[in-house]
Amino acid sequence: MTNTWQDIKNANVVLVMGGNAAEAHPCGFKWAIEAKIQNGAKLVVVDPRFTRTAAVADYHAPIRPGTDIAFLSGVIRYLLETDQIQHEYVRAFTNASLIVKEGYSFKDGLFNGYDPETHSYDKTDWQYEFDEQGYAKIDDTWQNPRCVINLMRQHVDRYTPEMVSRICGTPIDKYLFVCNLIASTSAPDKALTSLFALGWTQHTIGSQNIRTMAMVQLLLGNIGVAGGGMNALRGHSNIQGLTDVGLLSNQMPGYLTMPKDEEQTFDQYMSTRQFKPLRPNQMSYWQNYRKFFVSFQKTMFGDAATAENNWAYDYLPKLNLPMYDILRAFEMMVHGEINGYICQGFNPLMAFPEKVKIRRALGKLKYLVVMDPLDTETARFWEDVGPLNPSDPANIPTEVFQLPTTCFAEEDGSLVNSARWLQWHWKAAEAPAQAKSDIWIMSGLFHRIRELYRKEGGAFPDPILNLTWNYTNFVDPSPDQLAKELNGKARADIKDETGAVVLKAGQQLDSFGQLRDDGTTESGCWIFTGCYTEKGNMMARRGTYDPRDQGITPDWAWAWPANRRILYNRASADVQGNPWNPAKPIIQWDGSRWVGIDVPDYGPTIKPSDGVGPFIMNSEGTGRFFALDQMVDGPFPEHYEPMESPVENLLHPKVQNNPAVRVFADDRADFGTSAQFPYVGTTYRLTEHFHYWTKHALINAILQPQEFVEVGEALAKEKGIADDSWVRVSSKRGTMICKALVTKRVRSMLVAGKPTHVIGIPIHWGFTGLAKKGYGANLLTPSVGDANTQTPEFKAFLVNIEPSNGPEGEV
Amino acid sequence: MTNYQSQNYIRISATTLTPPAARNDEASMAKLIDVSRCIGCKACQAACMEWNNLRQPVGSFEGTLKNPMDLDPEVWTLMRFAEYEDDKGDLEWLIRKDGCMHCEDPGCLKACPAPGAIVQYENGIVDFISQNCIGCGYCLKGCPFNIPRISTADYKSYKCTLCSDRVAVNLEPACVKACPTGAILFGTKKNMTDWAAERVEELKTERGYEHAGLYDPPGVGGTHVMYVLQHADKPEIYSDLPKNPTISPTVDFWKGLIKPVSLVGIAAAAIAGFMHWMIAGPNEVQPEDDEAAERFIEGKTAPKSPPEHTI
Repeated sequence: MTNTWQDIKNANVVLVMGGNAAEAHPCGFKWAIEAKIQNGAKLVVVDPRFTRTAAVADYHAPIRPGTDIAFLSGVIRYLLETDQIQHEYVRAFTNASLIVKEGYSFKDGLFNGYDPETHSYDKTDWQYEFDEQGYAKIDDTWQNPRCVINLMRQHVDRYTPEMVSRICGTPIDKYLFVCNLIASTSAPDKALTSLFALGWTQHTIGSQNIRTMAMVQLLLGNIGVAGGGMNALRGHSNIQGLTDVGLLSNQMPGYLTMPKDEEQTFDQYMSTRQFKPLRPNQMSYWQNYRKFFVSFQKTMFGDAATAENNWAYDYLPKLNLPMYDILRAFEMMVHGEINGYICQGFNPLMAFPEKVKIRRALGKLKYLVVMDPLDTETARFWEDVGPLNPSDPANIPTEVFQLPTTCFAEEDGSLVNSARWLQWHWKAAEAPAQAKSDIWIMSGLFHRIRELYRKEGGAFPDPILNLTWNYTNFVDPSPDQLAKELNGKARADIKDETGAVVLKAGQQLDSFGQLRDDGTTESGCWIFTGCYTEKGNMMARRGTYDPRDQGITPDWAWAWPANRRILYNRASADVQGNPWNPAKPIIQWDGSRWVGIDVPDYGPTIKPSDGVGPFIMNSEGTGRFFALDQMVDGPFPEHYEPMESPVENLLHPKVQNNPAVRVFADDRADFGTSAQFPYVGTTYRLTEHFHYWTKHALINAILQPQEFVEVGEALAKEKGIADDSWVRVSSKRGTMICKALVTKRVRSMLVAGKPTHVIGIPIHWGFTGLAKKGYGANLLTPSVGDANTQTPEFKAFLVNIEPSNGPEGEV
Repeated sequence: MTNYQSQNYIRISATTLTPPAARNDEASMAKLIDVSRCIGCKACQAACMEWNNLRQPVGSFEGTLKNPMDLDPEVWTLMRFAEYEDDKGDLEWLIRKDGCMHCEDPGCLKACPAPGAIVQYENGIVDFISQNCIGCGYCLKGCPFNIPRISTADYKSYKCTLCSDRVAVNLEPACVKACPTGAILFGTKKNMTDWAAERVEELKTERGYEHAGLYDPPGVGGTHVMYVLQHADKPEIYSDLPKNPTISPTVDFWKGLIKPVSLVGIAAAAIAGFMHWMIAGPNEVQPEDDEAAERFIEGKTAPKSPPEHTI
C-alpha cells in the first residue's frame, strides 16, 4: 500500500477492482465502510462476480476475468477525452511532458524491438530523448507529438466505450457510470483509493493491470494524497515482509537485486543500479544503492567483507536466468534438475498451478523437507487418496521429512502488514509437542552444513564459513537480536558533515540516511533501518496518537521507510507546497521546511522552487505513464487475452496473448481451447477460510465445510445443473467433482457479441484437515505466470462443466 | 442458558410472582444489526461459537453459502443469504444475521409452562434458564421468529442469550466485539434507535434506499435486537424476516386469561385451584408434555397447538 488501512476512510471514492476486500480482508475493510459512513464515499466494485464487497457497495459493474487493462485503458481515454484530469499535478509530478525516444513504437499489438524467437523485447528504445547533459528532453506545452501524454493518448485511443464493452462484457451504461465516478476525483481536493489484490496480480498481464490503475491515479492526482493511493491488500499477514527481506529468488533485502551472470565484477553490478538523475536537481534516491549494498554485505560477512575484496561481492551467487520462480522450480523438478526441496511455510501441492504436475515433480525428488505447523498436502503428496490425489506410493522414491514448526502465535517476532508497518507480536502460547521455531531449525541446518564445509572443504566454502553468526544464543537466535541486525548498527564512530560524532561504534542506527559505503555501517535490510534503535524496539510501540484523526499514527509500531505512513506524500501539496486538499493535509511547506502529520517523503528542507519531483525513487523525479524499460512487456499497458480465453483478441487477433510471457513447452501442451472448454474459470478465496490452513481449524471447517463452485443461473439452466447438485468441472489439466452453487451473482456477459459464462471456483479444500475432503482448485489452473513476476494465472482460464452423479457415480 | 443473578428480572415464565425490583435502574439495552454494512463474513458466528463453546459437527455444502444449515442448540446465530432482484433487474445480496430478537413482549416466555425457565431481565434480554427447562417446545410455538431449538442431548431449549453473562459484567456481546465492519452495535435501546435513525436517513438521502428503516416490530412490543434494513417495507426479502410478527393468538389467549379472571375475583376456590395448577402443575412433566415433546423432536416441528388441558 502507498497509504495505510486507516487512510482509506479519507477517500471520496473507494474502487475495489482486482480484489474482493470484504471477502479477503474483512478486518481492513472496516475502513472502506468508515469512508462511506463518515466521509460520504461511494464504494464501487468492478468484478466478474457480485461479491461480498458488492453486497455493501453503491455500485457493481461486471467484467470478464482478465480484461482489466482494457477497462482501465478506456478509463484513461475517458479522462483525457472529457478533460477530467488534475492538470497541475499531471504537469508537475508526472512524466507527461517528457519526450520519448524516436525508436519507440507500437503497432498491431507489438511494441518495437520484439524477438519472436525469445519471446522478449529489446528495450533499448523505450527511453526518453536526452540532451547533451544527459537529461530527458521536455515540452511543457505538450505540443511535441512524442510527449508521453500524446503517445499515451494515441495508445489508448482504441479503447472506445464500445470496444471496452465488447472486450470486457461490461454493459456500456455501467462502464460509463464507473468512468464518471472515477473522474469525479480529478478535483484537487477529491481522492479515490484503489483497493486491489490477487485479482490483478494473478494474470499473465498482472503487473500491467496494476500499472494501468496507477496511471489512472496519476491522471487524477490521487497518489501521495490522503484517501488516495495504490493499495495492494496483501494476503498472508507477513507476505509484505517476505518481499521486503528479499525472499524472492532474484531479490535481496530492501529491494536490492541479485547479481546476474554477466555481472561478474562489482563495478558491472553497480553500473546499472545507481540511477543518475534524468532531470536536473532530482534526488534519484537509488544513487545511494552502494551504501545499502555495502552495509548489507557487512551484516552478512562482517570483517570478511572489505574494500579490497569488493565487499565480498564474489560471495553472492550470480543468476544465470532472470529468476528461479516457483513455476521454473517445479519445471526443473519434473526434469530432474532440482532433486532436493526444502519447503518452508508453503503448501505447493495446493497453492501452485496444475496440481498434477506439482505432484509429479515432488515424486521425482530425492528428498523433500517440509517445515510447517500443519500436516500439509505437500508433505503427504505421495498418499493415494483416490481421485482426490491418485498416487502409487510404492513407485515414489522421495524421502519426506516433516519438521513441525511453531506458528505465529507461539513465538515473538514482527509481521509487516500491507501498510508497511512492522508490528511486533508476543508469544501467546507454548508450541505443541515437538514443534520448533523456524529459527531453531534453520540454525541447526546451518551449523551442520558449516561443519561439513569446515571438515571437507568444497568448491567455494568462503561464504558459508565467513557468514556472521554473533548471536548470544548460538543455536536459537532470539527474534530481538535478529531484528536488531536487520536494523543495523555503526561499526565505527559515525560523524556528520561538521565532524561531530552522531553515533558511536556499536550503536544501533536511527535511519538509512546514516548508512555509509565505506564499511563503517551495517544493516541487514536498509528499508528497515529505524525499526530497532538505541531507543529500543520501535515495532513494539502501541501509541494511538493520531494528530488530525486522519489515520496517521506515528507512534503505533513502525512503518518502513523511516516511519513514513504515506508514500510520495510530497505530492499531497501543490507545486508551491500548499495542500491540494486543505481539509486533509499531510505535509506542507512552511517557508523554511516541510511540516505536517507524516514524515516527509522528500528532503525536509528542499524548497518548492527547487523543482525536485515528489517521486524520489525515480530518476526523473516524476510518476511514470511511460515506464521506460522497467517492464518486460511494454512501456504502456496493452490488453492481451489470458493464455486460455474464450475469444480472440479484438484489438489485434494476431497477437492474442502477452508476447513476453514465458511458457514451458509441456505447459503449453496443457493449454485447452474454448472448443473443448467453453467457460471462463476463475479461482478465489472465501471469508470463512484462510488459504489451506483453516480447514484444519474446527470452527472454520464448520462455517464452510465443503468444496463447491459457483455457477450462474443461465448456464445452470442451459446445462441442467440444479443448485446443490454434483457437477464435473474440468480443464485440460484435470477434473474435479464437487457441488454447485447456482446463483444470480455470477451472470453471463456479452463478450464480442457472444454470451460468456464464468465459473467461480473457491480454493480452500484439500485432503488433510477437518473440513470435507476436496480436490483443490489448482487441479484446474494453468502453469503460466505474469511476464514480469511469474505470478501464476489463477484468475482466468478455461473450463467445462457438466452435471455429475457425484463421487460414487463417477468412480 | 444459566441464571446470572446480577440482573433483575422483569418477567419470569409460568409465574405471577412479582419479580424482585430492588435495583430497577437498568437501562434497556439493544443490539443493532445494520444490514447495509454487513458483509456476511460470519465472524459473529465464529465468536458466538467460541464464547458459548458451541460446536456442531462439520456439515456439508447444501447449495448456499450459509452454514450450518439452520439454527440449532449448537448454532445460536446464523448468517442467512438472500439474492434479491428488484423490478429493474438490479441485484442485491441481502445478508441477515439471524438469531433471537429478544422481544420486549416475549412470546416464548408467555408460552413457557415451566416456572423460571424463561426470564426477561430489566435490560430487556430474554434468557433461557436451562435447569428449569422441561423441553416441552412451547417456546417455539410462542416465538414469532422461529428461533429456539430443542437439544436432542438434554431435551432443553436453546437460543442466543445476547451474551447475558458478558452484558452482566459490562461487556458487549461476543458477536458485537467480533464484527469487523461495525455492522453489529450494542448499547442502550435509545442510543441504538438514535443511531439507527441517522443510518436510515443516510440510506434514504445518500444511497437511494427510499424505504430504508428500522426493524423494531411493534407487534411484539419492539425488540432488543433491531435491524437497519435498506427495504424496511419488505422485511420478508431478508430470508423471511416476518413483516408484522405477533405472538400466536392461542398463546396470548392462554396468558391473557389469568388477568381478567383474577381481577373480577370469581370463586376464590376455583382461582386457587387454577393458580395452583398453573404455578405448580406444569412444574411436573405430564405424560402429554412428554408426548408433545417427542412428537416435536422427532417431527422437527412445533406442536400443532398448545395442549388442550392448558385451556
